[in-house]
Formats: sequence, C-alpha cells, structure tokens
Amino acid sequence: MSAHHEHGHGHGAHSDGHDHGSLKSYAIGFILSVILTAIPFWLVMGHVIKDSSTTAFVILGFAAVQIVVHMIYFLHMNSRSEGGWSLLALIFTIVLVVIVLTGSIWVMYHLNHNMMPSMGPAGSSSVQQMHDMP
Amino acid sequence: MENHTLHPLLGRLSLDAIPYHEPILLATFTMVVLGGLAVMGAMTKYRLWGPLWRDWVTSIDHKKIGIMYMVLGLVMLLRGFADALMMRLQQAIAFGDSMGYLPPHHYDQIFTAHGVIMIFFVAMPFVTGLMNYVVPLQIGARDVAFPFLNNFSFWMTAFGGGLTMVSLFVGEYAKTGWLAYPPLSGILASPDVGVDYYIWSLQVAGVGTLLSGVNLIATIVKMRAPGMKLMKMPVFTWTSLCTNVLIVVTFPVLTAVLAMLSLDRTFGTHFFTNDFGGDSMLYVNLIWIWGHPEVYILVLPVFGVFSEIVSTFSGKRLFGYTSMVYATVVITILSYLVWLHHFFTMGSGASVNSFFGITTMIISIPTGAKIFNWLFTMYRGRIRFELPMMWTIAFMITFVIGGMTGVLLAVPPADFVLHNSLFLIAHFHNVIIGGVVFGVFAAINYWFPKAFGYKLDVFWGKVSFWCWVVGFYLAFMPLYVLGLMGVTRRMSHFEDPSLQIWFQIAAVGAVLIAGGIGSMLVQFYVSYRRRDALRDVTGDPWDGRTLEWSTSSPPPDYNFAFTPRVYDNDSWTDMKRRNYLRPVKDFVSIHMPKNTAAGFVIAGLSAATGFALVWQMWIFAVLGLVATVGAAIIHTFNYKRDYYIPAEEVVVTEAERTRLLEAANV
Amino acid sequence: MSELVLDPAKAGAHGAQDDMPFHVREHHPENGTLLGFWIYLMSDCLLFAVLFIAYAVLGRNFAGGPSGAELFDLPLVALNTGFLLLSSITYGFAMLASQRAKLGTTLVWLAVTGLFGLGFLSLEIFEFVHLIHEGAGPQRSAFLTSFFALVGTHGLHVTCGVIWLVTLMFQLNRHGLTEANTRRLMCLSMFWHFLDVIWIGVFTFVYLMGVLP
Repeated sequence: MSAHHEHGHGHGAHSDGHDHGSLKSYAIGFILSVILTAIPFWLVMGHVIKDSSTTAFVILGFAAVQIVVHMIYFLHMNSRSEGGWSLLALIFTIVLVVIVLTGSIWVMYHLNHNMMPSMGPAGSSSVQQMHDMP
Repeated sequence: MENHTLHPLLGRLSLDAIPYHEPILLATFTMVVLGGLAVMGAMTKYRLWGPLWRDWVTSIDHKKIGIMYMVLGLVMLLRGFADALMMRLQQAIAFGDSMGYLPPHHYDQIFTAHGVIMIFFVAMPFVTGLMNYVVPLQIGARDVAFPFLNNFSFWMTAFGGGLTMVSLFVGEYAKTGWLAYPPLSGILASPDVGVDYYIWSLQVAGVGTLLSGVNLIATIVKMRAPGMKLMKMPVFTWTSLCTNVLIVVTFPVLTAVLAMLSLDRTFGTHFFTNDFGGDSMLYVNLIWIWGHPEVYILVLPVFGVFSEIVSTFSGKRLFGYTSMVYATVVITILSYLVWLHHFFTMGSGASVNSFFGITTMIISIPTGAKIFNWLFTMYRGRIRFELPMMWTIAFMITFVIGGMTGVLLAVPPADFVLHNSLFLIAHFHNVIIGGVVFGVFAAINYWFPKAFGYKLDVFWGKVSFWCWVVGFYLAFMPLYVLGLMGVTRRMSHFEDPSLQIWFQIAAVGAVLIAGGIGSMLVQFYVSYRRRDALRDVTGDPWDGRTLEWSTSSPPPDYNFAFTPRVYDNDSWTDMKRRNYLRPVKDFVSIHMPKNTAAGFVIAGLSAATGFALVWQMWIFAVLGLVATVGAAIIHTFNYKRDYYIPAEEVVVTEAERTRLLEAANV
Repeated sequence: MSELVLDPAKAGAHGAQDDMPFHVREHHPENGTLLGFWIYLMSDCLLFAVLFIAYAVLGRNFAGGPSGAELFDLPLVALNTGFLLLSSITYGFAMLASQRAKLGTTLVWLAVTGLFGLGFLSLEIFEFVHLIHEGAGPQRSAFLTSFFALVGTHGLHVTCGVIWLVTLMFQLNRHGLTEANTRRLMCLSMFWHFLDVIWIGVFTFVYLMGVLP
C-alpha cells in the first residue's frame, strides 16, 4: 500500500532514509570514472603490457574499482540505505553472480575439454589434446 | 533456417494447425467447448459477469488474487493429471506387439506438457497463491507493497497457462521434455511451433513470477506490524521471504536462457547449435542454474506451512525457531551451489562432479534439521489429527524417503547408473508430491476456513487423503524398482514383458490418485453445501498462533481495522494469553488501493504478442508489443490509484463481527 | 518468553497508546517503491550475468570468422563510453535540481541526458549495422551471437530508459515534482546508473579483453 509521509518533502532529504548526492560527490565520481576508464583503454590500445593475461587482470581490476565508484558516488550505496537492505541485496547478488559466473566457466571448460576436444580455443587445439586428465 | 513461406499477416498459422486427425484432441476440444458453454451460460443466467469483473478480475486485493492463483493451480492440476493418466495407461499396455494408443509424437508432447504444467502452472501458482493470501495477514499488513503489480503478476501467470492450453487445439506442443534441451529443441530438430509455445508461455508467466518476487520481498521488509522484528516473524513468512529472494535471483536466468533459445530458433544465432561454435551443453548448464533453485522455490513455502501446522496442531511453540530460520537461509544460499548434480553424466569429469556431489549432500543437512525440529515440536505436544496434521505426517514420511533417494543420486557413480531412469522420476515425484503437493493440500485444509468462512468437510477430506497417499505409493514405488532394473524415462513402448506388472501397479496407483483428486473436488462441493454447519464464526477455528487468525473469516477488505502491535513470536497466541480486548470503537477511515483493469489488459496484450511470436505473425507481434508497452505507459499516467474506506463502513463491518462473536460465545 | 509488561514503546510502535496495547491507531508503512526497484535491478544483474556467462564461454568461438581484434573499433567504444558516463552525470544534475525543487532545470538536464542516451544508441546501431554489412552479424559465429546478445540487451535497456525518461518528462510537466514523481525520478536514476555499471563490465570484458590476443 502506498505510504503517507505527511511531513513536507521540499528538499526530499534524509528523513526517508535515502542519501542524495551533492554536486561535489557527482563531480568526484565523474572524474574518478573518467580516469578509471581512460587507463584501461590506454593499456589495451597502446599495447602497454606485453602479456595478455596480466592486461586482462589489470583492466578487470580497474572495472571492479570503477563499479565501486559508481555504486558510492552515483548510486549513493551505503549501509544505511533502506535500513541496510540495499547493501545486503547487493552483496547477496554479487556473491551469486560470482558463483554462477566462475562455476559456469569452470564447468563449461571441463565439459568442453572432455566432450569436445577438437574445439579448443583458436590456435591451441593440438596442445589441448595432449592433456589426458581434466 | 526458414524454408516455408510466411503469410504476411498470419505467419505460419493456417487451418492446418487445427488437429483434425487426432481423435483424442477432437474429443477433448468438444468437452472443453461444451463445458465452457455450460459455465458461460450459468454465469449469464446468474448475472455473474459483472461481479466477476469488478470483484475478481480487476481486484488488487491480495486475498482475492491468492484465491485466483489457487483456482488456476487446481484447474491446471486437472489438465496436468490427465496427461499423467494418459501416460500411465500407455505405459501399462504398450509392450511387445502392442503399440498402445499414443503414437510417440503425441506421447512426447504429453510428457513435456505434463512437466511444464505441473511445475509452472500448478505448483508455482499454488505456492504463490498461498504466500499472497497469507503473508500480509501474518505480518499485520493490509495488502502487499505493490497491489497493482500483484494483479498484473497473476494475469501474466494465468495468460501464460492459457497460451500453453491453446497449443492443444491450435498447433502442437513441444516434444522435448519439460526443459527443452537443444539441439532437440533447436530449429532443425523441432521446426514446428511446439517449442515456441513452450518458450513464450514461460516468458510471459516468468515475468509475472519475477515481479511477484519483488513484491513480496518489499512487503515483508517494509510492511510488518510494529514490534514484529525479523526474528519475531512467523516461520511461514520467513520461508516466503527466502522463497521470493530465490525467485528474484533465479527467474531472470530462465528469461535469459529461453530468450537465447528463441533467438537461435528464429534468427539463426549460434548459442546452442552444433555448428558455428555453438555449445548445447551451455544450455543445460544455464537452465539448471535456474532449475535447481526453482525446486527450492517450490518446497520452501511448504516447509513454512508445515511449521505453522505442526505447532498449531501440537498446541506448542515451534521447537528451534532460530535454527529453522538459519536452516532456511542456508538452504537458500546452498541451492546455488548444487546445480550440476542434474547433469553429472554430461561429462564434466571427476573433480567437478565430486564438488557438486558433496555440496548436494551438504544441502540435505539443514532440511534434516527441520524435520527434527518438527518432530521435537510434536514430542509431548497435545496432537490433534485434523486434516492439515494428517497431510503433514504423510509429508514427513514420504518426503524423507524421497530425500534419501536424492542423497543416493547425489553420489555421482550411482547417478551414472540411475540418471534419466525411472528411479530419477520416482525420486522427484516423491519429493514434489510428498513435499509440495501434500503441503499445498495441508495448507488448503488449514487456511480454507480463513478464506471462505467455513471449514472443509472432514469425511471427503479423509477419502481424498487416503486415496492420494496409497495411490502415490502404488504409483511411484514400482518406478524405483523399474529404475534400479535399468528402465529409461520417457519411453512410450517396451519390449521386455517382465516389466509390465510394475507399470500396471503404477497405473492402479494413478487411478487411485485420480480418486483422490475427485474426492477433493467433492470435498469442496459438499463443504459449500454444508457451509452453515461448518461455519467458522470466530475466525480462529484451530486455536491458531499467528496474526491471520485474529481476523474474521473471511477477513474484511482492509484486513485489520487497527494494525496490530506485536511483542513476541506466535503473536496471536501471545495476545490471547494476555486476554487482549478486540477494539470495538474509535474506528478511522482506511486508505486502500483501487481496483484496476490495467493488469488484465497489459497481461492479455503480452500473451497475444506471445501467440503472434509463436506463429511468426510479425506484424501482429510488433503491434502487440507496441500495444503492451503503450498500455503500460498509459497506466503510469494514472496517478489516482487509491481511495478511503469511510470510518462508518468500518464501524458497520466490525459491529457485525462483534455480533457474530457474541452469538458464538453464548 | 517475554515478561508480562506491555510496553508499547518496546514494541517500537508509532504513537504509543496505553488503552490499545495490542493495536496502533494509524499505521503508515514505509513506501517500498525504491527498495522494490532496487531488488528488480538485482534481478537484472542476474539476467546480464547469464549473458556474460554466454560470452565467457562462447567468446572465442570464431568458427573461422572474424575475431574481436579484427572487428572492434576501440575509439568508437571510448566515445560511446564517454556519452554514457556524461549522461550519468547529467542525470545527477537533474536529480540535484529536483531536490532544489527546480522543475525547469530538472527538465533541461533530463533532456540532455536523453540526448546523450540517444547518441549512445545511435553509435551502437551504427556499429551493429556496419558489422552486419561486413558479414559479421550474429549468425556468423557463436562469438558474434554472444556479442550481439550482450551488447544488444544492454542497448535495449538503454532504449527502455530513454522511453521512460521521455514519459517522465511529460509527467513532470503535467504534475510537477510531486512525491510520486520524485520517486519515479529516483527509480530512473537507479536504472540509468545501473546501466552505466553494466557498461563498465561490457567495455572491459567484451571490447578491451576481446581485442587482446
């Protein structure tokens, strides 16, 4: 049912349990995001790190940090929002996403390796077939 | 890809879609038409169309919506069970030279439809209906957080079911089994509309379910009565919270996977194809990431039902409330770590299989803890063997057996022998019927008086109970035997005559279950006829323990004239013990949401769009999509969605209840 | 069991009333819209997670066709990322204006946000059309199927966001910054920023990692 907050909502502030940004917080978030975007693009387009795996980990790390920046500065995520339920829901979701993402990659890697040995990643199929145990 | 020409307006649809040459379908169609005409005739004669539209179709009242879900589940149970009877009959007679009466392409549609209907249009509506009806009452609220969305969710589910039913008479259904694995469900192996009906019914219904999940979480988090902290909530509310959390994180997976399958079928993409880099094993992986939490979505609510029933009918507080809550939360999280046990045999290897085998065994532990808690609640209680308690005892025995065979299947080497055998079929029917179905029937007998104002007839309830219990064991224990002997599932014909006796026993069991269903329908009818004798005057026919029993039976539209204040678990028992006095004066006007047709309309347009997509009627599909979105946008322009029940009306309603209560006390 | 003292204050009720220890005279539950919408966004995370999983599994299945390194135009992606990021901050400006009850300013910043969103979509459609012209459409390989599905679903979400934004502008114009409209603005804000969060995943996991050898 709809609520009735009879008190005035002129500035829609902290009586409803939600944080709202300020010009400063949006600006900080924006600048941080620009930096955290520019660096990964530079790393990849400039072929700065020789090793692909390292580059991948580094840019994924930057992505994770930028997501946190977005959560804090744009989505105003904190442990008080909705009595803590927002953060709880977010953490729960992230845990499940990590489980299904890593679980699926692990499972599919083994399935493909065991059941479709000719379908290795491009260019390395002959190396794959030398393995005999998953 | 597409090798037949599409009609510009009608796509693949033509008069050929009607199954003129299938006598069983024609007979069914005739019965449906005659029955439908009879119902519509009666409705016209008794002028019920107006009330149907005003009081039910457009209602945003969680109680009405809950009842409609239960009716949907019951109607679809009849269809799903008809499928079961047909299969049992076929498997009982089709040996050697006898091919039975169902050709394989028909049999395959039956087992597919049976599974889809039972899971999505029987079990899901039943548990959703129970949660919808009971949770707001248990937490002392007047409705759910988003009443319009609730109505919309119901109609999405109902129309999704309708789309599946249409496939009986226009076109055909999928022949792939209820999870429609590619490549069998891909466009090359299933070029017909069956899989498309499957996909779009579930997409429509799935949206309804997802939104219902959001709704109930917000309700439980935000709308509890003052004083009802989380650890003072009834256990059924706790299990509902966890169930709806599962729904919210699980159903999007189904939506995404079915969308991917439909893209493969319609546009020739390569998610799950055998060529161009597709991977059909990915589908199996993803669909079971949905599928395993789904079965917990079905069973957690009934665990909550049993907790309520066991404590009420033992006259004792539930044993181990805290451990029940923790067990439920643990099950919720662990249900995301076991999905691979559904495809041990697909070839992921020893390390992967071991991991998931172990997690599967671990998840049985919190469930076991719950069983012990129920038993300890009963110990030294004053047990009343009313029907809800009878169903609960049957559940405990039956579900435990099914659970044990589950732990057996969790051992990968054992599963390699038993996967996709009748042992598996017996196992999951054991837990779903023993768990979900018995739980729903327990819940129906328990909460029916609250919803309708009179108890259900006990004699016919017992007939139904015994038919179901004996019938279940006769129908499914032989399947364990057959599975251990190596018989595969989904077969419409067998060569080995020594198997036949087991199938015949199973068929007898199925007929008994049919008797159980029939008796339950008789129970409803007889109870209605005898309702004055069975009347629940006080609103608390069982000496209940939770807040829903503090209202009248049925409750007024607004549920509570004044929101209750809660001090302890088993709040209603607490109030009774403290000789609370029901307020009889100073009533205020009550703010309530308005009924609306928007949910029915938007859902109907979605289903029509789904139908157009099935038949590749692209123009209608686009128009349907535009209309659906347009109707939704128009609805958002409606800002006047509520009204006030005047205090005078509350006074009259409550005075009537006072009169009834005083008459009962004399 | 708790002690027999019925202290309504202990029960955490509004407006303690000693004559009605078991009831509250007027109860106003908190509005659940913002929490409900956040929970819906969590469900959308799972939807995108499935698409990311598909891309993770199928993303190197080129079927003898073109790879990400050959197809992805990183400067274009950078421009698109810029549009989306700018649109996030312009939406933030719209929210700030709404909190200061400045309807006109709010509408202006919303319009700017919408334009950035349309810019993003136009570039993406241009990219897709170009790929299809090159024979690198979603039917070419599992890699391209999963690419188009993930990026396309994100684009569909942005499209819905733009439609919602336009609708909300009409509603703001008609009813002003009412409580209901403010709630809607906050929901759209969550949605819009959430889409930028998903885009971070997309440009990192799909585009940047896609061109790595």
